[in-house]
Amino acid sequence: MSELTLTVMRLGFLAVLWLFVIVAVQVIRSDLFGTRVTQRGSARRGAPDRPQAQQRQQSAPPQQRQQSGGRGRRGAPTKLVVSEGTLTGTTVALQGQTITLGRAHDSTIVLDDDYASSRHARIYPDRDGQWIVEDLGSTNGTYLDRTRLTTPTPIPLGAPIRIGKTVIELRK
Amino acid sequence: MSSSTTNTTTISTVGPPSRRNTELAMLVFAVIIPVFAYANAGLALSDEMPSGMLSYGLGLGLLAGVGHLVVRKFAPYADPLLLPIATLLNGLGLVLIWRLDQSKRLAQRAESINQVFSPSAPNQLIYSALGVALFVGVLILLKDHRLLQRYTYISMAVALILLILPVFFPARFGARIWITIGGFSIQPGEFAKIIIAVFFSGYLMVKRDALALASRRFMGLYLPRGRDLGPILVVWGMSILILVFETDLGTSLLFFGLFVVMLYVATERTSWIVFGLLMSAAGAVGVATFEPHVQQRVDAWLDPFAAFKTGGSDQIAQALMAFGSGGVFGTGLGQGNSDLIGFAANSDFILATVGEELGLAGTMGILLLYGLIVERGVRTALAARDPFGKLLAIGLSAAFAIQVFVVAGGVMGLIPLTGMTMPFIASGGSSVIANWALVAILIKISDTARRPAPTPAPTTDAEMTQVVRP
Repeated sequence: MSELTLTVMRLGFLAVLWLFVIVAVQVIRSDLFGTRVTQRGSARRGAPDRPQAQQRQQSAPPQQRQQSGGRGRRGAPTKLVVSEGTLTGTTVALQGQTITLGRAHDSTIVLDDDYASSRHARIYPDRDGQWIVEDLGSTNGTYLDRTRLTTPTPIPLGAPIRIGKTVIELRK
Repeated sequence: MSSSTTNTTTISTVGPPSRRNTELAMLVFAVIIPVFAYANAGLALSDEMPSGMLSYGLGLGLLAGVGHLVVRKFAPYADPLLLPIATLLNGLGLVLIWRLDQSKRLAQRAESINQVFSPSAPNQLIYSALGVALFVGVLILLKDHRLLQRYTYISMAVALILLILPVFFPARFGARIWITIGGFSIQPGEFAKIIIAVFFSGYLMVKRDALALASRRFMGLYLPRGRDLGPILVVWGMSILILVFETDLGTSLLFFGLFVVMLYVATERTSWIVFGLLMSAAGAVGVATFEPHVQQRVDAWLDPFAAFKTGGSDQIAQALMAFGSGGVFGTGLGQGNSDLIGFAANSDFILATVGEELGLAGTMGILLLYGLIVERGVRTALAARDPFGKLLAIGLSAAFAIQVFVVAGGVMGLIPLTGMTMPFIASGGSSVIANWALVAILIKISDTARRPAPTPAPTTDAEMTQVVRP
């Protein structure tokens, strides 16, 4: 076999090996940079290529669907307001981050409330930008309006979330 | 696409959820590369396409295909890179072993010692098939990695037995790491590393708080209480005992390193790393002073070229020269002289062949592939939701990383040489089979970690079960 062929094959093999590494890194890239940033706008733009998200939306109960249908750039809440309790008046801007509530010091909102658990509940946006409240197995429960939460539940605008003596609302 | 709704630190991917098609594409790529390498080596060695090329390509493709189908069925959300990279490394290993089988020097050497020369590549292909069979078995039988947590202490016992067993069998090549049953010899240490990772993660999951919080602060370091220090001392003692009685430097390093890494990950206390390094340094120096076998290795590491003056093993010197003569782009597959290494050229020292024939570029590529496997393991640990899964994934990837470091470092002369095999590439049944099992467990954990959260139950049901009222 001629020297040239072998040299070409040798370099070709190295090229192919590195190509594999680069393609693998590209696959990983989507893990690193394809993070779902759930901000208004980006959620809508990304929706068509996500059958999963659409499916989930359809399987949601009618009440929820109605809300998410009516939700848009204008209808989305922008801040979280504490309307009752010792922290009354506190507001937290909603920027796609998860808000944790509880007596633990690392919570976003540290509740000074005898009826709150250390990690009581959290509020987070789902894939579509809809804000969800989830009880984290608290002792005394989290109430949305007057119902105790058992599953992660979407938060309607202005609905009171009650944790012990503290009441929280999402507002525009 | 793992869900971002359950945990903000879980990073979700945007693509389609399962990424199985990505995996298939990568797998095809991963099968083509070794076939290309095989053709390249064959052309260089004998001027013609190697005769077994079709069957080899089909065999590797079949193994990869079976693996892929099983992953598709039993771990649909698994990481898309682990299987292709493992397949590629295994395939390249087969090519390198086949290429060394063609070496006349090695054949003559084997004949002069054992009277017969038997090629290793066919055996390695059988081992790979067994490895993939175990991979398939783990994926099918292990429904959930958390089941392993039940066997925390059983796995400790099993791992200890596996480690102690080789003491009762005759030493081979200066180390007691094999057990021989009939004509087969097994290296139980390879399997023990997986089982001990299960034990460590089960144990540390329960004790992590005690280890992390119950400590005194002294000179900026957190000193753990004596009773919490007990287990680490036991593991340390165990690894030293392995070192002394089995003269197996690699396994003891692997075990101790694995324990320190997992302890650090579980407790987030830097002091454990300081302790671990101090203790392993003390242990290594102590053993190196008293154990002639280990001393010999250290001497060979300090002055590898002394072997040419004084006689003795010139393996490390030959390996270093192989790396040197490879240069940046290598001599090309089949055109190097790495077979001069002689003994263990196709197992412990196979990286020297990579270094000579593929050069710096190829060696870096291979090491990056190992790095990618480790990265995927760590990624899986980050994404896993349960602490046991996190620790197990970290433990398995740390074991893999330490093994690669110990072997590659030993062959390159960075650390004293230890008898361990390059995962997937080196010839040796136990290693290939155990590493396929390791990858299977990682795939299983990543499947659980990346699985999207189940859709929330309709709230109407929840209202019906509603009983608590303020």
